[in-house]
Amino acid sequence: MRLIEVLDLKKYYASGLINKEYTKAVDGVSFHIEPGETLGLVGESGCGKTTVGRLLLRLIEPTSGSIFFDGTDLTKLDRGDMRAVRPRMQMIFQDPESSLNPRMRIGESIAEPFRLGLRGKISRSEMREKVLELVDIVGLNPEHVNRFPYQLSGGQNQRVVLARILAVNPEFIVADEPTASLDVSVQAQILRLMMDLKREFGLTMLFISHDMEVMRHMSDRIAVMEKGKIVNILDNKSYSTAGVAPNPVSI
Amino acid sequence: MAMLDIINLRTHFPSPDGLVKAVDAVDLQIEKRERLGLIGETGCGKTVLGMSIIRLLQPSTRVLGRIIYKGRDLLALEEEEMRLLRGKEIAMILQNPTTSLNPVLKVGDQIAEVLQLHMGLDKKQAKTKAVQMLVATMIPEASKRADQYPHELSGGMKERVMIAMGLAGQPSFVIADEPTKGLDAGTKSEIVRLIRDMTTDRSMLMITHDLAAAGEICDRIAVMYAGELLEEASAETILSEPCHPYTQGFIHSLPAQGLQPIPGSSPSLIDPPQGCRFHPRCPKVMDICKKEHPSMIKLEKGHLARCFLCA
Repeated sequence: MRLIEVLDLKKYYASGLINKEYTKAVDGVSFHIEPGETLGLVGESGCGKTTVGRLLLRLIEPTSGSIFFDGTDLTKLDRGDMRAVRPRMQMIFQDPESSLNPRMRIGESIAEPFRLGLRGKISRSEMREKVLELVDIVGLNPEHVNRFPYQLSGGQNQRVVLARILAVNPEFIVADEPTASLDVSVQAQILRLMMDLKREFGLTMLFISHDMEVMRHMSDRIAVMEKGKIVNILDNKSYSTAGVAPNPVSI
Repeated sequence: MAMLDIINLRTHFPSPDGLVKAVDAVDLQIEKRERLGLIGETGCGKTVLGMSIIRLLQPSTRVLGRIIYKGRDLLALEEEEMRLLRGKEIAMILQNPTTSLNPVLKVGDQIAEVLQLHMGLDKKQAKTKAVQMLVATMIPEASKRADQYPHELSGGMKERVMIAMGLAGQPSFVIADEPTKGLDAGTKSEIVRLIRDMTTDRSMLMITHDLAAAGEICDRIAVMYAGELLEEASAETILSEPCHPYTQGFIHSLPAQGLQPIPGSSPSLIDPPQGCRFHPRCPKVMDICKKEHPSMIKLEKGHLARCFLCA
């Protein structure tokens, strides 16, 4: 059973009033993702990869096509039903600072999904316990709970974002260049953490990046996107053994 | 004699929590026509080092030491003398073109401004020359682009505009701050090639955390950590035989080199660790590292490292 099945997905943006011109951001994309699999989506900036990620979670509405999640066509759901599915699918963005509320302490940010999802069904002390558990899982210290995002580094904030995501116990995660704004050394820390979390929680992932080397570490299969279309889907294992020799520190 | 000789540079910022020692006792030389890569994590002080040279820091900053450029101490110059050098002799390609370019001026006019100020061209000549500069950066449809505003250009194109602006005054020394940041792989390799080709007869300090880009462009690489230099050698040596455990860790954290992170995070610049500043994160830490601050040790020709293990 496939967890994600995307069929002929399109997103066109119209510009102009009378002689409308269409920008085909996503132009007929089809793919699937098995449970527990990470599909990499690679391509240059502007190729439409981020748009695909957003369409999958219906953060934006597709022009046409269908998105099956666990057998349900998300494009056919009304707002209420979509809301019920939302906790099962989560997204992690490029810039952790803008993903977090600057006026909320880290602890409050991580507790927020519990507050919304388990309204009244969870006591304060239970909630605090859960927050501390998540803080530990993502490699932060209990002292971070009382700080604000501006007091943490980019890498630490991305850990907070991951804790918030894990709070709702999702099955599927769209990761949109989660380390693009981080240093190489911090990038390695966050990517290693994501690999561990994926294994531990059996997550299925769409991993968006323009870095082929990062892809090789993170993905089982890699979909290559160009100008709104998927031009190729590679098996990561065959790809790495197919002899694209690991090039010592070069572009 | 080196073209640029930085002697015991200390750049400190007063803050409510104490003095932030962003650059702490740095010695560095750059020869004529030499391109030096300055590598390090965010917050290690590398941008502040660049800003100290071109003197673009806030007046409250304490900059001590000497920066000898072609025999003159830049730190001793009057602001007016410095202004004449800036953009003409010494230019900076600022990081983050989206915020560094003026959003309400056409990019061609922004380049022309440099040409009018430093090359004595009139408005019309400057504009023609600005388009030529854009052509040199291989921007497609240069004359059309010159008439556009920054928001109409892609990230790669804006970086090309920054490069054109930086080199417009024909400076002999260029400071490039993270010129490849935020660009995708294809654009990045084009920009790397462009910078390499356009700086062949100049001296350059290239600030970056992209080791691969530094390796492509630079003759030498210096590694900075928590305000000080930890290792310095030819680009080849740094990439293939680094001695300092931090440099080794930095290389191993690259996705192409194993994606093995260095545990922990960079220390505070207000109260850096005693002894070696890297010791709390170092996989090869010894007792002496916790007590004594290692000095820069000369290894083979031109290879310096601040580590007891390299001695």
